[in-house]
Amino acid sequence: MSMCVLDAGDAAFTVEFGDAIDPDLLAAVNALDVGIARLQAEGGLPGVIETMPTFRSLTVFFDPLQTGREILLEALRPLFAASGHSGGDNGRLWHLPVCYEGIFAPDLAETARSLGVSKDEIVALHSGSDYLVYMLGFLPGFPFMGDLPKALRLPRRPEPRLRVPPGSVAIATGLTAIYPWESPGGWHLLGRCPVTLFDAGRESPSLLAAGDRVRFDPVSMAEYERLELALKTGEIEPQQWLTRPKAEDAEVLR
Amino acid sequence: MNSTAHLEIVSPGAYASIQDSGRRGFRRIGVPWAGVLDPRLMRIANALVGNPGTTPVIECFDGGLQVLARGAAMRVAVAGDAVIEIEHAGERKPVPAWRSITLADGDIMRIRRMGSGRIAALALEGLALPQVLGSASTYARAALGGVDGRALAAGMCLPAQAASGVERILPQVPAAEERPIRVVRGPQADHFSAETFETLLGSDYRVTAEADRMGVRLEGPVLGHVGAAEIISDATVPGSIQVPGKGQPIVLLADAQTAGGYPKIATVIGSDIPRLAACRPGQTLRFAAVSAVEGERIARETEAETLALLAAICPFAAEGVDEAALYAVNLVSGVVHALSAEYRPLTAAED
Repeated sequence: MSMCVLDAGDAAFTVEFGDAIDPDLLAAVNALDVGIARLQAEGGLPGVIETMPTFRSLTVFFDPLQTGREILLEALRPLFAASGHSGGDNGRLWHLPVCYEGIFAPDLAETARSLGVSKDEIVALHSGSDYLVYMLGFLPGFPFMGDLPKALRLPRRPEPRLRVPPGSVAIATGLTAIYPWESPGGWHLLGRCPVTLFDAGRESPSLLAAGDRVRFDPVSMAEYERLELALKTGEIEPQQWLTRPKAEDAEVLR
Repeated sequence: MNSTAHLEIVSPGAYASIQDSGRRGFRRIGVPWAGVLDPRLMRIANALVGNPGTTPVIECFDGGLQVLARGAAMRVAVAGDAVIEIEHAGERKPVPAWRSITLADGDIMRIRRMGSGRIAALALEGLALPQVLGSASTYARAALGGVDGRALAAGMCLPAQAASGVERILPQVPAAEERPIRVVRGPQADHFSAETFETLLGSDYRVTAEADRMGVRLEGPVLGHVGAAEIISDATVPGSIQVPGKGQPIVLLADAQTAGGYPKIATVIGSDIPRLAACRPGQTLRFAAVSAVEGERIARETEAETLALLAAICPFAAEGVDEAALYAVNLVSGVVHALSAEYRPLTAAED
């Protein structure tokens, strides 16, 4: 693993562990992240504002009035040597409902054509594996998940959509995601998930965390509508789709 | 409508939103900081009305903001090069920025236009708004903060308190800086040739109409990539200059996405983000390179300048200046300077 430190202005730097989407790189990112959290909890690292873990790097945001790049790199050096658990997995598993039908799946037919398989096969492939949440970003609560089965991999749409509806379940390259908010987007939309991924009123605003695993369960349009209503009225809670809790020995990410 | 004292938004102008110093700690779940684009303006405006420095303010773009005082006399202040007028009992009169103003019940204050730049901060004495994830800053994409998670719109009301204490003035306004926007080499600078990096530093870039709180899209000589124009998405920071496939740079700002898949050629230092965000569409700018460590030094200098400005803020009385009192606190030279006609001409001939 080749590690390097990249400048990100006068108030941040990025520690990069490699150039691939790979659970082992994620594990290294998480190990550094956990190490920094631990130092901070002990009162070390004054001036560190927050960290941002991504697929293969960790960005450290700091206040240049309180600390500096050189001071922090010196303090973090012992952590660079530490290696993480392989796999980057925290043990949690979600089974999230997805409706792959009708208006919820505007790109399903075209994706099937491009990949040379039937629509049913796309649904079976997409809902047939567990995906690792590599990181959250782009939008609040937006999970970058992978890896897609090889048969489902295709580039982004040539022209991004201006409005992707919230809840859209999408694929592009080797990844899949759920759009928590309406936004522009260039991924292929295969279905819709009724579960709210981000709620600032919850103790943990993002439903998913990096290191979680997610499996999609196909549901009918009628079932989707029933779930959407039950979630709205509070009759069911998003937590009900957490089918396996965090592993006891998993390292705790803040 | 409210029966208690409040400041009503009559018009938000081009764009206005509630911002404070932003929310920290949630980039890891995709929540950008938001917050004021120019923290110095927020701190000065708040100091002028006697608020703590990070009290939420109205951040407005390009003038047009109109507010109406209802239910009490209240104190406001605008920081920024704004041309302001007050409508009191049917009569309009110009008032300067960079000082607090007491609005009587029923008074309307308008930011008619910006003299230079795009951004002004309006502080209201005692403004208290609920915090969402540690901040009152508006982030409209996820309906966080502000008033109902939205940008300000006509009819919205901010809770106000009756004016107390003295009016204050910033005797000497911050000097305009003309120097290039300073950048540190970016995390993906090696996705560009040395010549391309020199092109970024040696050319004029024009601010396009796509310039808002998320970012500023620039137009100028193409910045070609060495190899792929996409990377595995990684963290962005406020000030990141990302370069999509067509080679035209985009500078990300406070509301930008927290991760991105385009190579980032450079990062604008925090001290120069306010100047960049204040550039108007059509304006051209230049970049200059500094090291990360130099950027940190500049951050400390900028903070020292801001603290000096805040320390210079002093009491002010509009009519019947209590000169004896001003002499007593040894502030009169600043006050006289700020009021002199040649310093801040208040003609009605603009627009």
